Formats: sequence, structure tokens, C-alpha cells
Amino acid sequence: MAERHIFRLMLLILGVVFAFLYIPISVLVGLSFNEGGLPTAWTGFSTRWYGALLANDDILKAAGNTLVVALFSTALSTVLGTLLAIGVEIRRRNGKWLETVIFAPMIIPDIVLAIALLSFFSLLGVKMGLHTIIVSHVVFNLAFVCAVVRARLKNFDWSIVEASGDLGASTFTTLRRVVVPVLMPAIIAGALLAFTLSVDEFIIAFFTAGAGRSSITLPMQIFAMIRFGVTPEINALATLVMAVSVVALALSQRLNKGELPGQ
Amino acid sequence: MSADRRPLLLMTPAMIWLFGLMVVPCALILVLAFFRRGLYGGIEYTWTLENLALVFDPLYFRIFLKSAGIAGLSAAIACVLGYAAAYAIAAMPRRHQPMLLFFAVLPFWSNYLVRTYAWIVLLNREGLIVNLARWVGYEGELPQMLYSEQAVVIGLVYNYLPFVILSCYAPLSRLNPEVTEASRDLGASAWTTFRRVTLPMTVPGIATGFVFVFVLSIGNFVTPALLGGGQFQMIGNLVYAQFLTANDWPFGAALSMVLIAVMLGLLMGQAVIADRASGGKGARDG
Repeated sequence: MAERHIFRLMLLILGVVFAFLYIPISVLVGLSFNEGGLPTAWTGFSTRWYGALLANDDILKAAGNTLVVALFSTALSTVLGTLLAIGVEIRRRNGKWLETVIFAPMIIPDIVLAIALLSFFSLLGVKMGLHTIIVSHVVFNLAFVCAVVRARLKNFDWSIVEASGDLGASTFTTLRRVVVPVLMPAIIAGALLAFTLSVDEFIIAFFTAGAGRSSITLPMQIFAMIRFGVTPEINALATLVMAVSVVALALSQRLNKGELPGQ
Repeated sequence: MSADRRPLLLMTPAMIWLFGLMVVPCALILVLAFFRRGLYGGIEYTWTLENLALVFDPLYFRIFLKSAGIAGLSAAIACVLGYAAAYAIAAMPRRHQPMLLFFAVLPFWSNYLVRTYAWIVLLNREGLIVNLARWVGYEGELPQMLYSEQAVVIGLVYNYLPFVILSCYAPLSRLNPEVTEASRDLGASAWTTFRRVTLPMTVPGIATGFVFVFVLSIGNFVTPALLGGGQFQMIGNLVYAQFLTANDWPFGAALSMVLIAVMLGLLMGQAVIADRASGGKGARDG
């Protein structure tokens, strides 16, 4: 039974892969509850580093900034992305260039988009800050919201739109009372995805935040903390950040029954 | 909807956004690459090919090759591990597959910096791996694990492995079992069947995984900055330095341009492979 051998070998590798994926994260989460001041030696259970986080003004400020960026960019990209998705699906015949423009932000490497936006804002003389991070985040969030909503629109029953029109509803009314309610689970799923991506995004924020510490976001704060010395507070912060993304993603998955872009 | 203008109206705000904040800035990078650097930084508006030539100067081209080497190695390791994992998941009972897949991808959705930082904790001189070695009684001096090329490769594989699992799982789960059975009935051994039937039929998934890990790795600047500890530079770090420290935007732009060209070439190659595999029916759902 050589098939069994192949399967067993692959199964063994799957086990190794799962260990590889989860050991680093688990160690981090475990150490975030470590009493001691050393980030790596276990001395006892404690939640003191979570307390330290709440007392750290830099981190609170960064968390506040992150929330502002994520909320605004999510709101904007959800509206724009949903309209884009509906427009694209009604139009049906889409040129290659249109697909390219819509999908490009998912493919363009962060660093390229980040420096492109940095040069653009600088040359225009735009003063950079939270607002430039927000409008930049919308660029890639838009693509993800659009992808999620379009996936839902693939099995959309367009006859209800016609019915709505026949019953005398205007295009706007049809959109508001028929199309958007049907799409709501996908729109919320897309919004949650955009929120997660925006909370986690580092490179573009790093380049479009401008000088100074006033518009630092949580990932920027984490990057600085990692570079300038490891304190146990990072373990706690990392655990919290991870928990937020995992919960938001699980919710998004649930709402959209596993229709992730790329799948 | 009869009037063709309505969908365009819905698309307009998003298209303006994408045009103004993606197409134009990226085009700007392409243009910047052909200008001269000002005497005190900044840009002097004279056309030149110097920046592009400088990219191919051995000093900088070496960094390109090194980045490609690290990206290639990371992509290869991720493909081997990811393919095997996807194979095992696809061979499991159907009802367990979505959950296994979900847990394989879950780490991918936690913060990139956090995932990278986790490896600092493990590879540190006081980290878990060193402590573990001490605990089992190893007395000697351990090699520096953090701040090395190997650490960067581990970090890249770790961060992008779930992506490969997803891209390999898709064709593996769609593989018709009758085809492999036919191969067995015709007398091929299990290994031969795997090597000559299963593997070739799932190449598009591997190609997608490889290209994406390669593309994401070659331009990466966070992982080399954190796990490489400034010991060596990759293209991403060089681009970063040109824009934020050296203030040489035209050269930074030229580097980015070559980087984009490499990436586009690879993505197009991958699209061709996917297209061929789906019998030229269009690669988008392949």
C-alpha cells in the first residue's frame, strides 16, 4: 500500500507545518502572561504587562490613531467598494484594463505603493498625517471589499431588480431597498476584512504618516518597540493585536460563509 | 438595467480614487526614475538613464541577486511544505477539510510584524530554542541564529506558507480520483502516479504559490530589517534607504521600477501557466 506511505509522509509534514505555524504564536501568547521582566524566561503567571499597556500613553495614543484610521478607511472603502462591485457586475462586459485597475492594489507590493504615495504627496506639497494614511488605506481596502461583494453578486438574482423597477422604484430606491439589503452580509464581511487589514497595515502607514510621532499607528509603534529593544509589553500588545484580527476575521468568515478573496 | 451609464456612475467614485491615488502615483515613480538627482537631494528635471544604469552596477545588482536568491529559497521551501500540507488536507475526509484549511490560514491573518516578532522571541540569544538546547544539556556555544540570512528565510517562509497551502489545495481538492485510479490500474506504482499524474496536474497551484511568495519576498523590507538585523540588505531595504535616508528619489524610483518589472514578468508567467492548465479558457478561476 504505497499510497498509504505517501499519505503518511504528507500527514507527517502537515503535522510539522501546524507545529511550525502555531509554536511561535503560542510562545508569544504564553509569554505575555509571564510575571518576570525578561521577555523569554518564565517566572510565573501574571497579567501585569497588560496593565502596563493600559498605562502606556504612547501605546494608547497609537491605538487611538489606529482606530481612527481603520474606522474612516473602512467606512470610505466599504461605500466605494460596494458601489464599484455593483457597477462592475451590472456592466458585465468588462475590459481587461478595468479588471487590472481593480485588482492591482491587491497585487502591487506594499513597498511600491507606499513610496509611490509618499513621492506623490510630497511633490504635491500635501502635509502628511492621519488623513493621508486614511486615503491611502482606502486604495487597497477598496479592492478587498469589492472582491467580497462581487463574490456574493455572482449568484445574485437580477430579476428582483427588474421587479423593483417595474413596480416603479427609482434606481436609487432599488439600490437602497433591494440590492444593498440582499448584499448586507457580504458588505459587512468586506467591511470587517477592510477593518482588519487597516488595523494591521504597517508599510503604507509608515510611509504616508509624515514626520513626527503625532500620527503613529499601532503597527508603527510595534515596529519601533521591536527595533529599540524588546520589552515584555510587546508580548502583551502582540497578543491583543492578534486577538482583534482573529476575531474580526472569524466574524467576517462566518458572515460570508468562507468566501475569502483568493479562494 | 437598460441605460449603460448607470453602472458607470456607480463605479466612478472608486475609479477616481484608484486613478488619483494608485495609477497616478505609480506612474510618477516611473517618471521619477528618468530624472537626475539634485545636488542636495531632491530632483533636478533633466532626463537621464543614469539611475537605471546604476541599478545594474555590480554594487547594487548584487543586492538584487541576493534578494532573488533569498526569495527563491523561501518560495521553494514554502512550496515543498505547503504542497505536502495541502495534499494531506485534501486526502482527509471531506467534512474535516474546511476546518483544517481554516486553521492553516488563520496565522496568515494575524499581524505581520507580530508574526515576525514571534521569531525574534524564539531565535533570540536568550530565546526559547537556546533555552531548550541548554535544557537538554547542550553546553557549547550556539551559533547566532537571529540576525542572519537563515532567520530571514525562516521568517518569510513562516509568513507566506499559508498562502501556498491555499493555492495548492485548490487544484489538489479538485483532482479527479478516477484519474489516479486509472494510472494505478494501468500498473503505475503509487510514486509514479504521484510523480507523473498528480504532480503535473497540480503544477498551476504550485506555480501560483511560488510566484506569490517570491514576489512578496523579493521586495520585502520588514523581515530583513527585523530578522536580518541590518546585517545585509535586500532590495526593499535599499529602496527604503534611498527614499527615507539617502534622499535619492530618482535612484529609489529606478530600483522600484526594475522591481516592478521583475514582479510583473513573474505574475504574467504564472498567468500563462494557469491559462494553459485551464485549457486557455481564461485563467481567472483556474
